Parts: sequence; structure tokens; C-alpha cells
Amino acid sequence: MAATIGTSTSRVDGRAKVTGTARYAGEFNVPNLAYAAVVTSTISKGRIARIDIGRARAVEGVLDVLTHDVRPEMGSTDQDYHDDVAPEGGSPFRPLYDEAIRFNYQPIALVLAEDWETAVFATTLVDIEYEEQAFATDLHAGIDAAHAVDKPEKPRGDALKALQGATVRHQADYFIPPEYHNPMELFAATVVWNGDGKLTIYDKTQGVQNVQRYVCGVFGLKPEDVRVISPFVGGAFGSGLRPQYEVVLATLGALHLRRPVRLVLSRAQMYGLGYRPATVERIALAANGRGLDAITYDAIAMTSRYEDFSRNDTGWAEQLYTSANARYTHKLASLDVATPCDMRAPGAASGVYALECAMDELAVALQLDPMELRLRCYSDRDQGAGLPYTSKQLKECYRQGAEAFGWARRNPAPRSMRDGSELLGMGMATGVWEALQVQFASRIVLTANGHAEVSSAASDIGTGTYTVVAQVAADTLGLPIDSVTVKLADSSLPKAPVEGGSWTAASIAHAIVNTAADIRKELLGLAQTMPNTPLGGLKLDDVALVDGMLMARNDRSRAVAVADVMRHGKLDRIEKERSSDFKEDDKHAHNTHSAVFAEVKVDEELGVIRVTRIVNAVAAGRIINTKTAASQIMGGVVWGIGMALQEEALTDHAFGRIMNANIAEYHVPVNADVHDIKVIFVDEPDSVINPLGIKGVGEIGIVGVAAAIANAVYHATGKRVRDLPITLDKLDR
Amino acid sequence: MNNFEYSRATDVADAIRQIAADPAAKFIAGGTNLVDLMKYDVARPARLIDITQLPLKSLEETPDGGVRIGALVPNSDLAYHPLIADRYPLLASAILAGASQQLRNMASTAGNLLQRTRCFYFYDTATPCNKREPGSGCAAIKGINRINAILGTSDACIATHPSDMCVALAALDARVHVTGPAGARSIAFADFHRLPEHSPHIDTTLEPDEIVTAIELPSKGFAKNYSYLKIRDRASYAFALVSVAAALEIDSGRIREARVALGGVAHKPWRRIDAEAALRGEAPDRTVFAKAADILLKGARGYSHNAFKIGLGRRAILRTLTQAANATPQIQSVKKIR
Ligand SMILES: Cc1cc2nc3c(=O)[nH]c(=O)nc-3n(C[C@H](O)[C@H](O)[C@H](O)COP(=O)(O)OP(=O)(O)OC[C@H]3O[C@@H](n4cnc5c(N)ncnc54)[C@H](O)[C@@H]3O)c2cc1C
Ligand code: SF4
Repeated sequence: MAATIGTSTSRVDGRAKVTGTARYAGEFNVPNLAYAAVVTSTISKGRIARIDIGRARAVEGVLDVLTHDVRPEMGSTDQDYHDDVAPEGGSPFRPLYDEAIRFNYQPIALVLAEDWETAVFATTLVDIEYEEQAFATDLHAGIDAAHAVDKPEKPRGDALKALQGATVRHQADYFIPPEYHNPMELFAATVVWNGDGKLTIYDKTQGVQNVQRYVCGVFGLKPEDVRVISPFVGGAFGSGLRPQYEVVLATLGALHLRRPVRLVLSRAQMYGLGYRPATVERIALAANGRGLDAITYDAIAMTSRYEDFSRNDTGWAEQLYTSANARYTHKLASLDVATPCDMRAPGAASGVYALECAMDELAVALQLDPMELRLRCYSDRDQGAGLPYTSKQLKECYRQGAEAFGWARRNPAPRSMRDGSELLGMGMATGVWEALQVQFASRIVLTANGHAEVSSAASDIGTGTYTVVAQVAADTLGLPIDSVTVKLADSSLPKAPVEGGSWTAASIAHAIVNTAADIRKELLGLAQTMPNTPLGGLKLDDVALVDGMLMARNDRSRAVAVADVMRHGKLDRIEKERSSDFKEDDKHAHNTHSAVFAEVKVDEELGVIRVTRIVNAVAAGRIINTKTAASQIMGGVVWGIGMALQEEALTDHAFGRIMNANIAEYHVPVNADVHDIKVIFVDEPDSVINPLGIKGVGEIGIVGVAAAIANAVYHATGKRVRDLPITLDKLDR
Repeated sequence: MNNFEYSRATDVADAIRQIAADPAAKFIAGGTNLVDLMKYDVARPARLIDITQLPLKSLEETPDGGVRIGALVPNSDLAYHPLIADRYPLLASAILAGASQQLRNMASTAGNLLQRTRCFYFYDTATPCNKREPGSGCAAIKGINRINAILGTSDACIATHPSDMCVALAALDARVHVTGPAGARSIAFADFHRLPEHSPHIDTTLEPDEIVTAIELPSKGFAKNYSYLKIRDRASYAFALVSVAAALEIDSGRIREARVALGGVAHKPWRRIDAEAALRGEAPDRTVFAKAADILLKGARGYSHNAFKIGLGRRAILRTLTQAANATPQIQSVKKIR
């Protein structure tokens, strides 16, 4: 039996998903289910002066209407609403807590009814009077009042002086608009009141145990009384890291009615949740004869008034390139909006966009090939932390990516290449993301019939966790993948943090390797007590589980069948639970890297932009599953196309309303926008990072894509658009 | 969404009787626009009169060589019907430039004519909008108006009519057949949609108690020299920023007949007889196309975010007329602009 790690293995849950048997949070049907619908605010700031639920309550089929002044008890301290992913400090939003309106689309009433249609109808009959206050939702207007975040990276040299003295420099502001999550699955929770005071909660989330702790905090419940389950997630990308208000309100309804309640938010209501914050990235670069000599970088992002959400936009510029002088600031503008949240490669998607466009502009100023400039300031150490990487094959990404793309064919002059009526542009960018790891636990139950069940509270948000867990377990236990069952995303299973930061594959693989080692250890102990044991004198590391046998690694003839060992030990099953014994490694930097190459064609007369080719060459350690990993990168690239050309929440700042809060007018790429995408995984052995040399691939795929496209648009047209998205009207300005 | 009654109309006379009896009722055909508007609480019909069972689904040739299209013919069927695909490819092309396959399967011919604007404010009941709530004001004029109109606007409304199909129908000089309590009448396409003026809540000249029964195309189909070009923010499934339907008849190197209609720029498909007259009798070249474009865009006015449509519109007109003259029409499944 060949190892499955490193192969192209189809998703073990693929069939369930395409045949509809995979169930999502809003699809669990239980008897006596009541339906909830939410009324959201239409102002950005103020208070509810009066809320009249009389007309709504009078509707036949309406069970009740809950508001801040008619509802069951909820926690009254910030700590009660804290969750694992909440920003430090601040005061987490409390749904339906009081009369204050902090942002537009804030939930202010919950209708509970016998059916969904009645609930939705009754929401239109809740009469609200507001006392509105002056508000601000525009980042540009809030820049002057922005406050510093107290974690700027440490400066090097004297960047301002170096900039002033430089002969070649480039300075510009880059803008990323607010971008909203639009996962296919809407936010939903089904909360089952079990009669005995216990709740079973099906929620769309990236972390069932985070939601469990949070719900216990909000409602003063005991962990043993709250079980949170989320077996499948139809896309989350960071939007499900923090518990969202659907779970609070559905729980509130269930506790109030003492019966099961389902709440599915509408797509428009999703625009009242988190989002990628708008940022202004102000970058100045200076060059000397060799390459980069100075960087100043000021990032200004939007956040809410009640929490400081910040991600490290400037950190990527800090670590990536050699530059003797560097200085960074990071500021937040507090606005009357909901707190932003993580969105695929938070900080990097935005920060690297700006950095890599600025590098392109510097290369133009230096009359240097943009890839050559990057190679000149290539660094084998994290420039900020001054640490070596556990592995970094970025040079290979540049080389293999450029070759596959045909970068050598590029004529450096803008507007110099064309294909009939279209101008042709080629651009490139570097991508970088973290290779994070955290503590995960897993349980394995091996049965004598040669089957294993692996379980963990970890989530699979669509990335392929079920599949990689099955692969790692199959390989470490010496079983075919079909003999492994995987159970995930149930808070009663072994401990796992949220699925985020691209850390799950590496971390859970580590936990499984450890748990499987415990099983091997028990089997070896038993085997060595068998008469005429062939494994006498061998240590744990000397044996492996292969093809249902426990065998000596260096002598395949010394082996016994696992089934025989278990029979000998009179065992039907062996059950072990272990964590990854991951330790903070402060001697190295841990990152994934990529080189992205983009080809665009721009109709010269009309400015219509098409992204005709993308090559994304990625160095991300050992790839467990080339198929699911390539899908992650491809998905990231498609998102990058959207980020470059389409995505933007259009807020009317006079009303504080997002005017395109729907999937028809908030544009993301459709099939016709996506052409040739080639994903390359560069070989990157890494014996330092973890036992299997695994990094993550969930986020690196988007990083750099928007910059490569923007740089290609410049190369095609000679026009530099720094405000995303690059719509055709901006080429005309 | 509000609570509503639902009934089915058995024939055209029954449909008219039902709608005349209940001024707060609405016909429902494919429902692809009306149901969305109801979900957003923008349309609150007290009754839905389902007209999908009416015998308005046929497509026939008329005695004078034209084609009569039943009001309930689905957009997809219309686009792929051999009579349309062969003789009126401009119409087929415009339909296929719109929406998505699934929507076109559901959408009806009359529903497409009567779809309402996509102006963002029209859909958000938390904002003022004269079209939705007469007298409340127009938030778009000073707001986010990138998709709004540049021609024929008023101080009360700068919305566009979003249809692609209607741009081709306007260019083809279609007629709209309607029936009401007072009997049947037919309306020239140019007179069917109206400009916003002071009453933007009224989109068309159809009376509230009338039903559209058919669209009639005259015999001239411009099957040789035509093109429909739609410029939008993504390659498919987006409304037009600007679209152009161009149809020419070229004889011995001279333009004998010309039609140009614009979409995405006004409250109705935008045509100017004088622009077409300027093309007639001329050799088809960019100089004369530019002249026609200038006439078509005469009086265009840009607002804070949509002034780009003026230049874009001009270039799109030039390009589409060039495509038509060269008999290289834009093919909707090919995203490169020819
Ligand atoms: C996401 C999305 C994208 C779209 N993109 C495009 C696009 O790119 N281009 C484009 O052209 N269109 C587009 N459309 C619009 C689509 O073409 C229209 O929604 C459709 O044509 C409406 O037809 P229907 O039969 O579904 O109308 P319905 O929704 O049933 O009705 C629309 C209106 O017409 C009235 N009505 C219907 N039939 C009659 C009749 N016989 N007599 C009198 N009144 C009648 C109804 O009362 C209602 O007011 C899009 C729609 C959506 C939802
Ligand atoms: S342009 Fe017309 S539809 Fe849009 S807000 Fe103004 S009045 Fe309403």
C-alpha cells in the first residue's frame, strides 16, 4: 500500500457534499422547530427611542418578539462576551443587549414564529423610532484622527534620512476598500433545546469549542450543558472565527421558548458582520546602487468604536526584503461600523498588495526588471526578527514561476506588447504568509478489524481537513484510507482551537502523528510479549505500522499482523488521545512564500480588463495532498482576481449604508472572468518546523495576486491605478 | 416581504378583470425581478396574479414578414429560436448578454420589458428614492451613482432601465401589444418606456390595468450588419455600464439604413433619429460613426461617479458600429472584444 501523503487524493467528503447528504448548520431538522428572523438597524449611530412589537406579535403564528428590553438574561460584562479570537481590550458587541446603535445593520429585534415566512413577514411590522446621532463611516475622513496601535515593528537605521538622500525613490498611497465575506453558505444556527436544560447547537463556525465557551459566557451556562456541532461549513475564510450574532440570537430564542430555534441570516444581513477593513497603505521606498535602501510604511485601517481590530499589514514589508533603513507605523481610525474581522490572509492580502505594487514602481524608476529588484534584496533571514527561516525556497518560486509563465518574453516597456486590439501586460509579485502551528489534540480508536476512527474538535471549513486527517492517519497507522473514519467539529471531541491562520493541517497532522505513536507503542509492548516475537529488543522508533502490520523499519521480514497483536492482548480496540507537542520556536521564522505571475489583456479602446493567465509558484513545505492544496491556491487566485478588479463594498457615507449589500452587485469573479491558472508547488524540505515538514496553504494563494495583476495592468496600459478595485473607469482618469 | 393573496388568471380577459378589480395587485410571470423586490420590501403587492398559464407563449411569423412574440416566451427560448437567431441575431445576442442562463430560463419577454431599475437606492428602503417613494428625494444624485444615467435624467431621478433585450428591441423598432379594460392597443417601442421627469415612479406608458400580450418585430432584421456590445464590470452576470445595439444596412459601400440604441445610460433605451439620419447615405467609417456618437450623446451629463460613461459610451458606439459594418458582431460567449 503506497503512502497517501504527497499524493493527489480526492476529498473523502466530496461525495457527501455533491450529493447533498452533507448537512450544514441551517439544515438540521428537529421536531417542533421554531424559526427566527432578525430586524436590523437602518442607522449607524444613536439609540432606539421606542420599539413597538405589538403589530408583529399580533400576527398569527408569531410566538414572540424579543428586543433589548424584552428578552431572557444575558451576561453583563465584557468578559462574558469574550471569545478566543476577540481583539485584546475593547468591548465586544452584545447582540440585543441595550438600546444603543453602534453600526448599521445591527440586530435590534428577533421575531420567533412557527414558520420562516411568518417570522420574516413579522419583521416588517416591528415599529422603531431612533434618536440618530452624527456618525462617520468613511476611512478617508477618519485618517487625521486615527490612533496608533502600540505594536509597530522596531525601526532599522534612519529611514527618513535615507529617503531624503536617495536619488531614486518612490512614494504613494495604496487603497484597499472594505471587502465583505460572501461565503456560499449563509450564517445560520439551529439551537436544540433538549428539555433537560441542555443545548445542542449547530452553528456555522470555524471553531466549535470557541462558540461553546462563548455561549456559556453570554448565557451563564455550564460547558457540559452546551454542545456545539458544525460538521460542514460552506466557506468561512475568517468570517466564522469569532462567534457571530446568529448563534447568540438563536440560543436566546431557544432559551426563551424552551424549544428548538433556527436562525438563518440573509445575505444582506451578512453585511452587518465582519469584513476586510479598508486600509490606506502609505509607502515610500528608496534605492541605492544595489537595491532597496529605505522603507517607510504607514498603514491606516478602519475599525469600530468599540474594538481595535488590527492586523499586521506592515509586517510583511518588514521581513521580506533587505533594507538597511526601515520604519513602520500602524494606525486605526475608529468609525461607526461593525468591527472588521479576518478575511483570507488578513493583513497580508492588503499589505503585500501595497508593498508589491510599490516594488514594481521602484523597479520602473530604477529601469530594472521587477523580479531582478526582488532578487537583489532577497533575504535568507526574516529582516525584522533577524532570524533564519525554517525553510525558504522563494528563489525557486521565482525561477520556476518565471519559466512556466514565460517571463523572459516580457518587453519591459509599458504598452509595448499587444494581441490584436488588446494591450498585453505581464506583472509579478511576491507572496508571503505565516506557517503557524498551535496545539491540537486528536483521538484515535483502532479496532481489531483494521479500522480507525480519528476525531478532533477541529473544523473543516471546506479546505479539506477531513481528507488530510484521513491521509495522515492512514499513513501513520498503516491502513488504507478507506479504513479510516474522521469525525470533526463537535465540541465534545478532543480539544482544538479555531481553524484559521492556515495552521490546521500542520498542527493536526502533528497531533495525529503523536497519537498514532502512542498506539504503536502499546502495540509494540504487546507484540514483544508474544511467544517468538520477531520484534524483540526493538524500540518505538524502530518500528512502523505498514499494511496492517507492525514491522521493523529496517527489516520488513520482522513483522506481526496488528490483528494478531490485539488478539494476543485480548483487545478489540485501542484508544489514545494526544496533543501535538508543539513548542514555540523563537530561533526561526516560519513562513510560506510564493511568486505570482499575471498576464492581462486590456482592450485599448474600451479599457476592459481580462486576466488571461496566472502562474502561482508556492513554497509551503511538504504538500500533504496536491489536489486539495492546489484547489486552495486556485481559490486564492480567483479571490485575488476579484480583489484586483471587482470587490468593493460601496458605502454611502451620508447614510452609512452599504449600497451593494447583495451578491448581484457586490462583484466577485464569475467563471467567465477566470482563465488559465497554473499552480506550482516548489519542493521545500523542512526538517525543523514539525515532524512531517508541513506548512499550510489556506491563505498564501491570495497573497500577491492583486499586486501581480495591478502591475500587469500598468505594464499593459502605462496607467498606474493604486485604488482597488481597478475598474475600467479608473484607467480612463 | 408582505402577506399577499395569490390567484391564477385563466385567460387574458380574466387577467384584466382581476387586475382592474384590485389596484394593489401585480402580475407575476418569471418572478425574477418582482420576487426580489418583494423580498426587499420594495414591492408590496396585495395580490399576485399568476399569468404563467395564459396562452402567450407562442412565436409566429406575421403576414407582413415580421414576427410576433408572445409575452410569456422565456428569454432563453426567444434567443435560441431559429427565426430569431437567423433573422434577428441582434435581439438574440442582446438577450444572451444579459443575466445568467438560469435567470433567462425563468424570465419572460414582457417581464424583461417591465423589470425595474437596479439603482442601489431603489432597493434599500432605508434611503430616500423618488421612484420607490414619490417625494422622498433622490439619494443617487449626490450618492453612489456610478451605474446611473447620463442622458434624459431629471432632478427627480437619474435611474437607468437595466435591460439588454430592450436595447435591441428599440433598435429593431418593435411594437408592444397590450390589452386593457378598454381593449387592445399597440405602442411603438420608443414610446413604451418613459423618461423620469417629475414622476420617476412611473416607468412605462402601460396603464396599471393593462397587460402586455406580445411584442411584434417588423420584417427588417439587419441579420448581416449588426452587433450588440455590452461593457460591464465583469465578463458575465453584471448589468451594463454602457451597451450599444447597432444595426446597419449597407448597399454598395453606403449605409442605407442605420439604427443605434444605447443601454445603461438612460431611463429607457436611448435612440436618436438624427444620429441615425447622419449615418444614412454615408460610407461606413469612423468619421461618420463619430458624428453619430456625438449626436447620440448630445446633452449627456455626468454625475459624481458616472461621468466616465460619456467617453466610454462614445468609444463603445464607435466600436459597435465598426463591428456591425465589418459584419464581425460581438459574440456573447467570447469575452474578447472584437
Ligand atoms: C441577478 C440578476 C441579474 C440580472 N442581469 C440582467 C442583465 O444583465 N440584463 C438584463 O437585461 N436583465 C437582467 N436581469 C433581469 C431579468 O432579465 C429580469 O428580471 C427578467 O427579464 C424579468 O422577467 P420575469 O418574467 O421574471 O418578470 P417578473 O419578475 O415576473 O415581473 C417583472 C414585472 O413585470 C410585470 N409583468 C410581467 N409580465 C407582465 C405582462 N405580461 N404584462 C404586464 N406586466 C407584466 C410584473 O408585474 C412585474 O412588475 C437580471 C436579474 C437578476 C435577478
Ligand atoms: S435615481 Fe431614481 S431610482 Fe435612484 S434613488 Fe434617485 S429616484 Fe430613486
